[in-house]
Amino acid sequence: MELLTILLDGIAQMGAGIGAGIAVIGAGLGIGRIGGSALESMARQPEVSGDIRANMIVAAALVEGAAFFGIIVCLLIALAG
Amino acid sequence: MSTPKARFLALLLVLMTSFGAIASGGEEKHGEETFVPGDVIIHHVLDNHEIHIGNFHIPLPIILWDSKNGGLVGPFSSHHLAGGEAHNGYIMDHEKIYHADEAGGKLVVGHEEETNEPIYSKPLDFSITKAVAGVFLTSILLLIIFIAAAKGYAKREGQAPKGIQSAMEPLIVFVRDEIAKPSIGKKYEKFLPYLLTVFFFIWIANLLGLIPFIGGFNVTGNIAVALVLALMTFVLTAANGNKDYWMHILWTPGVPWWLKVPIPLMFIIEFIGFLSKPIVLMLRLFANITAGHIIILAFVSLIFIFDNLYGAAGGYGVSIVSVIFSIFMFCIELLVAFLQAYVFTLLSALYLGSAVEEHAHEH
Amino acid sequence: MELLTPNIGLVFWMSLAFLTVLFVLRKFAWSGILKALKEREDFIERSLKSAEEAKAQMSSLKAENENLLAEARAERETILKEAKEMKEKILSDAKTVASEEGNRLIAAARGEIEKEKNQALSDIKKQVGEISLEIAEKVIRKELSDTNAQEALVAEHLSKAQSN
Repeated sequence: MELLTILLDGIAQMGAGIGAGIAVIGAGLGIGRIGGSALESMARQPEVSGDIRANMIVAAALVEGAAFFGIIVCLLIALAG
Repeated sequence: MSTPKARFLALLLVLMTSFGAIASGGEEKHGEETFVPGDVIIHHVLDNHEIHIGNFHIPLPIILWDSKNGGLVGPFSSHHLAGGEAHNGYIMDHEKIYHADEAGGKLVVGHEEETNEPIYSKPLDFSITKAVAGVFLTSILLLIIFIAAAKGYAKREGQAPKGIQSAMEPLIVFVRDEIAKPSIGKKYEKFLPYLLTVFFFIWIANLLGLIPFIGGFNVTGNIAVALVLALMTFVLTAANGNKDYWMHILWTPGVPWWLKVPIPLMFIIEFIGFLSKPIVLMLRLFANITAGHIIILAFVSLIFIFDNLYGAAGGYGVSIVSVIFSIFMFCIELLVAFLQAYVFTLLSALYLGSAVEEHAHEH
Repeated sequence: MELLTPNIGLVFWMSLAFLTVLFVLRKFAWSGILKALKEREDFIERSLKSAEEAKAQMSSLKAENENLLAEARAERETILKEAKEMKEKILSDAKTVASEEGNRLIAAARGEIEKEKNQALSDIKKQVGEISLEIAEKVIRKELSDTNAQEALVAEHLSKAQSN
């Protein structure tokens, strides 16, 4: 029983770590794509780069918000364990 | 000592010693033989009832609302509780204040049903903690800076700006032209004072958290501060929402009726969106700033981890890398301090804009 | 966990401080700053607009000046042309008048000359007649002083008349 608790605790911790990692990968992919396409569009149309930059930041912030949800959940698991 | 190289070296030295001070403060508290980086970092990121500057501890006033003790208690200095012993019938454990029992321990009022862990009796803590002090400092700075700037405008009417006025003017114009106008539209003037206050409050509080030596304020990285700011935007959005805005949430136009009638699916989705906006706003600010503080402290903690593992040589060796990475992180955090203020203000403006937007057509 | 639980005290102080800052700044800072900024921008805009207007006025003035100049030039041109034409007309008029007068004078002179000539001719004729008569008288007188001659003459005439 004792062993099982420790094992489960360890699995919970591991799950938190893996979850945080996946959240970060997702956010990284998302923000990378946003940044890449924003740069492309800016290169194509430099005259509207201000608008593109603002929208890029908004989109990146939304992705980041989703990623933070994931990370906070993982943090809760890790701290509760 | 005026060449850039010499200045850089001086800065390095200063940063090294300052982090040494922070870390040693943490170490002292948590035992001498082992350095636990997680505890030090969490101790810094969480709120405190005193300010550490190097090895000086400035006690802060404790104010409590205790219904058992006839309402308001205090203020009294936190150094009475700092040692862990009871004072006035209260006791402090890990920066939390509890009622003390006769034996000088925490007063137990019951037990959790499942885990059988004791439930302690607590008064409401309205103390001026480190974060509250940070909030006050930020507020005072804001008042000083912008009232001075406003005086400058009154004094030099129609002339070129000067001093603090010209330092702040580009940012004010930035908030007005890049955030408020495009996001809100015609009615931007109504919300401009709020957006400006939020922007500068977050920015200055973020910068305050980055200044070493002054006790390591963590104002915007505290969830309560972020919560209040997000709540302000939420209340303002809800209070200013026009018919179209509520209509969009209650009876979303342009979607098939079967998504709305037997089960109000669209309403549930829209309502979750309505509630999650401020929550995400809060979490983003809190998590970004806290993460920045944690990363910088983690780099500094590396020095002491290696010091514990391999002795002084290991500590000194790693310190070079650590300090370089910390400086790099500081530079990024300076950017993040501005960026988070910008993002928070921009998203607030977008939410406010969606609340007051006039729909010319049904979609 | 503690990281994610907002402290009620901090929420209270933060709300209090933030709302105070918001209202104080709104009353004493933002209104003044935003008004001043707006006024300055309006002023700059107005100045730019008036500069633009002045520029437009200037260019229209210039165009007007040029127009005037061109008009004046054209007028001078026409005046000169007219003067030239008039001169030529006067000249040609004078020429025709002069030639007509000359012709008339010549014709008159010719007539006079003709008249004079005729007069002179008739005068000469008269004089020649008179002189011939005188000569004839004198010849006759001289001839008729001799009777033989008279008879010869009569005889000659008679013979002429008979032969006719």
